[in-house]
Amino acid sequence: MRDDDYTPSGATLTGLGLALGGLAFGAFLARRHKGGSDDAPIYTRKSPPGDHAVVGRTVTIRKPRAELYEYWRDFSNLPAFMENVEAIKEQGDTRTWVIKAPGGNTVDVVTEVTQDRTNELIAWASTDESDITTSGRVEFTDAPGERGTRVSLIMAYDPPGGAAGRAIAKMFMREPEVQARHDLKRFKALMETGEITTSARRKDQTREAKQQENG
Amino acid sequence: MRALTWHGTHDVRVETVDDPEIINPRDAIIKITSTAICGSDLHLYDGVIPGVVPGDVLGHEFMGEVVETGKDSTLKKGQRVVIPFTISCGGCFHCKIQQYSACENSNPAEKQDMSATLYGHPMAGLFGYSHLTGGYSGGQAEYVRVPYSDVGPIVIPDHLEDDKVLFLSDILPTGWMGAENAEIQPDDTVAVWGCGPVGLFAVQSAIVMGASKVIAIDHYPNRLALAKQMGAETIDFRKTNVREALMEMSGGIGVDAVIDAVGMEAHGFAVDNMLDIAKQKIGIGADRAKALKQAILAVRPGGRVSVPGVYGGATDKFPLGALMEKGLQVRSGQTHVQRYTKDLLEKIDDGTLDTTFMISHRLPLEDAARGYKCFHDEQNEWTKVVLKPDMETT
Ligand SMILES: NC(=O)c1ccc[n+]([C@@H]2O[C@H](COP(=O)([O-])OP(=O)(O)OC[C@H]3O[C@@H](n4cnc5c(N)ncnc54)[C@H](O)[C@@H]3O)[C@@H](O)[C@H]2O)c1
Ligand SMILES: [Zn+2]
Ligand SMILES: [Zn+2]
Repeated sequence: MRDDDYTPSGATLTGLGLALGGLAFGAFLARRHKGGSDDAPIYTRKSPPGDHAVVGRTVTIRKPRAELYEYWRDFSNLPAFMENVEAIKEQGDTRTWVIKAPGGNTVDVVTEVTQDRTNELIAWASTDESDITTSGRVEFTDAPGERGTRVSLIMAYDPPGGAAGRAIAKMFMREPEVQARHDLKRFKALMETGEITTSARRKDQTREAKQQENG
Repeated sequence: MRALTWHGTHDVRVETVDDPEIINPRDAIIKITSTAICGSDLHLYDGVIPGVVPGDVLGHEFMGEVVETGKDSTLKKGQRVVIPFTISCGGCFHCKIQQYSACENSNPAEKQDMSATLYGHPMAGLFGYSHLTGGYSGGQAEYVRVPYSDVGPIVIPDHLEDDKVLFLSDILPTGWMGAENAEIQPDDTVAVWGCGPVGLFAVQSAIVMGASKVIAIDHYPNRLALAKQMGAETIDFRKTNVREALMEMSGGIGVDAVIDAVGMEAHGFAVDNMLDIAKQKIGIGADRAKALKQAILAVRPGGRVSVPGVYGGATDKFPLGALMEKGLQVRSGQTHVQRYTKDLLEKIDDGTLDTTFMISHRLPLEDAARGYKCFHDEQNEWTKVVLKPDMETT
């Protein structure tokens, strides 16, 4: 359900003097440990610094860093655990995320990788041609001893302006914090157990099946 | 299939529901041969655990025969297995350090938020025990889907009949861990509140672990008699001043360790307990922690407090001062069942543990609703109910 009439309004796209073009937005995320009086990640602040929402979550996964990085680096893997992402298509330097929307529709978000350090981090941000201004990064660091790898998923997005923008935001960004948290936990389950946990009694009662049905 | 479903407070019914099927590669489907009603089920029956949805299939103590396996299950069709009530993935940090009931993956991601909000961390998945713990279909049914079937189930040799091994699923390891958490030393006097199945197994375990004296507390004569049969001295809390008796029976020192095998629905008529009952009824969620409060006052300074009894919320007038000033240690938790099944199976097989003495009633699954009612209303006589799907209805 791409809304061709939608143009991002400049006013909503600046916050805290940061230009929210993809790359700058990504850079903002990278500063998550800086600029504060403590060592806590920026997304744990009581009042977020800026208009845009930043959400983040860390899990520890009992797998080596390289294995987790490699899996994530192939973006076509991500829909396996990102519930609202139908597919991620690679075209040259950009990737188109096909996001599920109500009524069987989809919204496209075009992103490019802004940073890529082998076994350490992958960052991406939406390009100007995207309807939604968003960026994300996933960081992999060694957990102490035998505990595996700490994986942090941090995402920032800017609520688009206008009625159409809000509609898109609602579809794509419905409770983004909850979505990100659940996606990350599903990633953890998939890596540690080889499957995504479900409590359903039958296949047609799984969330996946229900989502397809509601389409 | 037929299954016991929850519909509201004191309303459970045996109904026909869809059969389970294999969903994930590590799943197995078990045809249930025996399944029990637990004191924990009574908390659901009384409606004091949040997150139960009408139609949910209950039951977390069960065993049966493997009838179907996913491609990564290590079980084989035809094997007899007992299933731990705690679902554990085997691959996460907590599973690796054998804190199985804190498994980080067995509660589906989208179901973790409720318990995470309540307790600061999500709970693991449990069979048939509300959507706080995953919303899994339970085992008071003809069939059940068992996820991560390569981790939890324990295969039972043919010569051990169902009734002897069924309780490996929960209450035997729970009583055992309750005693283990009391860190029993040879000269210890240990007091156990509650002579339900969990308390009775805690008594038996404490004696096997070498306590010099075990004192069991309840008010049902028949349950107290079972505790005595297992080697405990008894106190009837309706007739006797419990704290005074415990001081006298431990030579004026106080008991070295206390075990609360009662949980959030403690009986008693003291004013604070009545207030807690009222609050629980109107849903402001105060657990009735009468037994635990009494245990904390009774234990000697430097003593140990073990809490296998289930609590779900908060409680008023908790004796925090006694906890601190007496320097107590507290240990609790849903049982890490998988940690104990192998050893306890051996202790059943070699006769160290008697597991059938508390079974008072065996009923067909069809009579499960009556089983709940009687286990709830007639606790003196109904000490443990085992349901058998194959048994003829009379
Ligand atoms: N930690 C775990 O993993 C786990 C597992 C199973 C059961 N449980 C819990 O253990 C508790 C006991 O289970 P059960 O199956 O034995 O239940 P049950 O209901 O059969 O037994 C409870 C007993 O406590 C007695 N009691 C009530 N108030 C008392 C008081 N003030 N002082 C002394 N005794 C009192 C009752 O008369 C009853 O005999 C429950 O809370 C249950 O949920 C915990
Ligand atoms: Zn139980
Ligand atoms: Zn686990």
